[in-house]
Amino acid sequence: MAELDIDTRAGKLGIDWSQVNLDSIQLPPGENFGIESDDEGVYHDDQLEFDTGFGNIIVVDNLPVVPKTKFEKLENVLKKIYSQLGVIKEKGLWMPVDPNTGMTLGYCFIEFNTPQEAQNAKEKTHGYKLDKSHIFAVNMFDDFDRLMNVKEEWEAPQTKPYVPGENLQKWLTDEKARDQLVTRSGPDTEVFWNDARQKNTELYWTESYVQWSPLGTYLVTLHKQGAAVWGGADTFTRLMRYQHNMVKLVDFSPGEKYLVTYHSQEPNNPRDASKVEIKVFDVRTGRMMRDFKGSADEFSIGGPGGVAGASWPVFRWAGGKDDKYFAKLSKNTISVYETETFGLIDKKSIKVDNVVDVCWSPTDSILSLFVPEQGGGNQPAKVALVQIPSKVELRQKNLFSVSDCKMYWQSSGEYLAVKVDRYTKTKKSTYSGFELFRIKERDIPIEVLELDNKNDKIIAFAWEPKGHRFAVIHGDQPRPDVSFYTMKTTQHGGRVTKLGTLKAKQANALFWSPTGKYIILAGLKNFNGQLEFFNVDELETMATTEHFMATDIEWDPTGRYVATAVTSVHEMENGFTIWSFNGKLLYRNLKDHFFQLAWRPRPPSFLSPEKEEEIAKNLKKYSKKYELEDQDVSLLLSEQDREKRKALKEEWEKWVKQWKSLQEEEKLARQSLRDGEVSDEEEEEDEAKEVKEVEFEDVIEVTEEVVQE
Amino acid sequence: MRPILMKGHERPLTFLRYNRDGDMLFSCAKDHTPTLWYADNGERHGTYRGHNGAVWCCDVSRDSSRLITGSADQTAKLWDVKTGQQLFSFKFSSPARSVDFSVGDKLAVITTDPFMERTSAIHVKRIAEDPQDQVSDSVLVIENPEGRKRINRAVWGPLNQTIVSGGEDAVLRIWDAETGKLLKETDKEVGHKQTITSLCKSADDSHFLTGSLDKTAKLWDMRTLALIKTYTSGVPVNAVSMSPLLDHVVIGGGQDASAVTTTDHRAGNFEAKFYDKILQEEIGGVKGHFGPINALAFNPDGRSFSSGGEDGYVRLHHFDSDYFNIRI
Repeated sequence: MAELDIDTRAGKLGIDWSQVNLDSIQLPPGENFGIESDDEGVYHDDQLEFDTGFGNIIVVDNLPVVPKTKFEKLENVLKKIYSQLGVIKEKGLWMPVDPNTGMTLGYCFIEFNTPQEAQNAKEKTHGYKLDKSHIFAVNMFDDFDRLMNVKEEWEAPQTKPYVPGENLQKWLTDEKARDQLVTRSGPDTEVFWNDARQKNTELYWTESYVQWSPLGTYLVTLHKQGAAVWGGADTFTRLMRYQHNMVKLVDFSPGEKYLVTYHSQEPNNPRDASKVEIKVFDVRTGRMMRDFKGSADEFSIGGPGGVAGASWPVFRWAGGKDDKYFAKLSKNTISVYETETFGLIDKKSIKVDNVVDVCWSPTDSILSLFVPEQGGGNQPAKVALVQIPSKVELRQKNLFSVSDCKMYWQSSGEYLAVKVDRYTKTKKSTYSGFELFRIKERDIPIEVLELDNKNDKIIAFAWEPKGHRFAVIHGDQPRPDVSFYTMKTTQHGGRVTKLGTLKAKQANALFWSPTGKYIILAGLKNFNGQLEFFNVDELETMATTEHFMATDIEWDPTGRYVATAVTSVHEMENGFTIWSFNGKLLYRNLKDHFFQLAWRPRPPSFLSPEKEEEIAKNLKKYSKKYELEDQDVSLLLSEQDREKRKALKEEWEKWVKQWKSLQEEEKLARQSLRDGEVSDEEEEEDEAKEVKEVEFEDVIEVTEEVVQE
Repeated sequence: MRPILMKGHERPLTFLRYNRDGDMLFSCAKDHTPTLWYADNGERHGTYRGHNGAVWCCDVSRDSSRLITGSADQTAKLWDVKTGQQLFSFKFSSPARSVDFSVGDKLAVITTDPFMERTSAIHVKRIAEDPQDQVSDSVLVIENPEGRKRINRAVWGPLNQTIVSGGEDAVLRIWDAETGKLLKETDKEVGHKQTITSLCKSADDSHFLTGSLDKTAKLWDMRTLALIKTYTSGVPVNAVSMSPLLDHVVIGGGQDASAVTTTDHRAGNFEAKFYDKILQEEIGGVKGHFGPINALAFNPDGRSFSSGGEDGYVRLHHFDSDYFNIRI
């Protein structure tokens, strides 16, 4: 603040500077004058880096002890090793010598140009075997203070008393079995109970991006300093933080044991690839299990779309709750890691030339992979199934004149559908067909399925979750057809059979209910949000409606509700709408700048299939209780509603009365303003009111007629 | 309800005004020519020629003899309603945005836009009984009431004692009509968040309705400036009106004309939405325009209303009988 400003402000407040004794002012102690900073978290999260100026020096231990004669030779060897890893500064290598004996002391210091190079050199050569008895022990110079301060005697760590954790899955015990959903709009992140009647918000943060863990236990938020997970019995509290500066993406393992975080940095030189850092954390302890660094090129093969730099998720987790394996695809290799050691299985990657895509089975540790055609068609394309960890190829199929393949696993891992795009004879266009693998049957039989009209373009494909059916949208825009097929029928046993085709639908996306049976044929984008709720058992349409401009559709995890949303890609009508499974609109929630909507997932049910079937059979018995409850609640609510309306009306009447009396008082004044013209508006209005209130019921004519038989 | 389409303007509509008897409808548009229509069947009665710029606003005297119009040609003009003859022209040095006759029609409040070095201003003019005696001197000028921001609407308060204004800075202000002193203004908490586009008084001057680009319309007490009701629309509000007969308000607007998508006219939501005035609940909507709605007006008998759009049409709607029996 300039001195002038201070003076004017002081003048306004009536302070005379000449009267103020500055020395008499006592500031509260402490650097912050006793005022707590409200962004406390920021300071604590940031690990300050002290620049001692020695950050680029490493210490290499366990060197051979050599006499003066061999000094130069050893020095050259070291230089050779380390100059590969970075630029050693001039006179940057110093190997101390015992002044008495002239022998080296078995260690040396190396100074690099940059701390990054030093770090890299440390990581790469720690444990380097020069020969059998000389294994390098490399440390950063800066770490030595810390290492030297380690106490000689071992102290037993104190056992902390056990504190029972909160029940992180308490939301599942909700009396009305409601589901939760999280939304992001504007600066707010909110968690709602899905309830048409009580739209109260649970709470909110103001953060950037959120994601549920696969079983719904945690909500992960992304921050500048890293990721954090939230959860708890009644409210969301922060359970753990994972430090990873400028984290961009996160991914959970399916059993939510591990969290993978991703960060990429644009290179200073645009010709270089951007740098990528990926960390794998243990969700519960917050410990970093493994980190991967490298240029984006190493992570960018395979997978459609994804973010610039690398395709996400880079690491694909094997199915099942065990979180045992994860795989990374890179050029000509598939690296499969196991989580016990966080190392490669058998310490080796699987070599597969030109592999472009891998997919895990959602339930077993089976990896499906696709290799495109090589040598201009001399070497056929290949789809193969590989068992992990044995790396045995279970089944493979060669395919000819293939332009592209896409693999779709059925959610319980029973089937794998491979959509194959083949060239026509002229090679000018492509047509599509399917190869269907039955994983659970002996020898994994493969069936070939071609659409009735081979030339139809395939727009979308989706397996029925936990079921044996799948749906395909095929044909030409703007009115493609939708077909349903089943892998199992009573008559045909193990043959794929078509159930039916719906002609000329306005649809370009398929959304199966998570419990199967129902599907939404959605027309997003150019179709402006056409929705058709379809029952596949009966092959009939339950409802056709529209959520105008809808961009996102998501079923709740129980298959009871559907949320459709218009996100901020459109300017207008942002917000979400909740529908029942059969297409009845339940409620809308409009929010400006709507970014994201996500239902809280539920862990898989503990009920056996038999039990589930039994419940489905006796549904009437169970639902009675809920119907009664519903009735009670809606009675109560309509009562409340009436009350509220009555109160509003009464309040309004009060206002109007007040206005009327004022109006009356001012009547004369108004008349004089109008040169004495009588104001007749009020009377007119009263008349109009009366007209409104009176209801007539007049019998105009009554006649009797004999009806002829 | 079958609307009558009145195609007489070549440019977007800006304002609509019924006379007190409800048999005449005046429309203003950006095409320089205010037009008079029969409010019953939508036939064109005549036009008022003389302006040389978009006409933003108009008002008609209680006895339907005089019309005042404000235009972007930096004038406000007085007209003889019957003959279409121009009686007088008030000259300003910036566009005239809003005009309003006082109770008794002896005064008119005219607002002017900020333009070049000029700030916005509220002018009060005395309207002479005989147009021969008309002078252009202002009785009162409130300079710079909202700084560089535009005032979109200024109207007289009860008994001509106050002037209520609202505009781009989203604040409503009540001014003393005698002295020009600021009496009250809305605070940021309850007030509009974005430009106030329109303002409509109740028949008895007790309350008024404002529409804003913040996608809401709000109902205010005209004397205390207390917020009474808020009506939320999904789209920016350009025009508001209140039914004189039932407890209904109608608000219109739509996606900004420059941002209208070319994919589907429904995207813009160019709908006149009806709300229950007391319960603040949406009752229904009247579609039809294919551009944002810029003007709305209720017939003083409450049995018809008209809307004017960016599309250049005036749509005149006579309510069906079911409208009068709506219960929610």
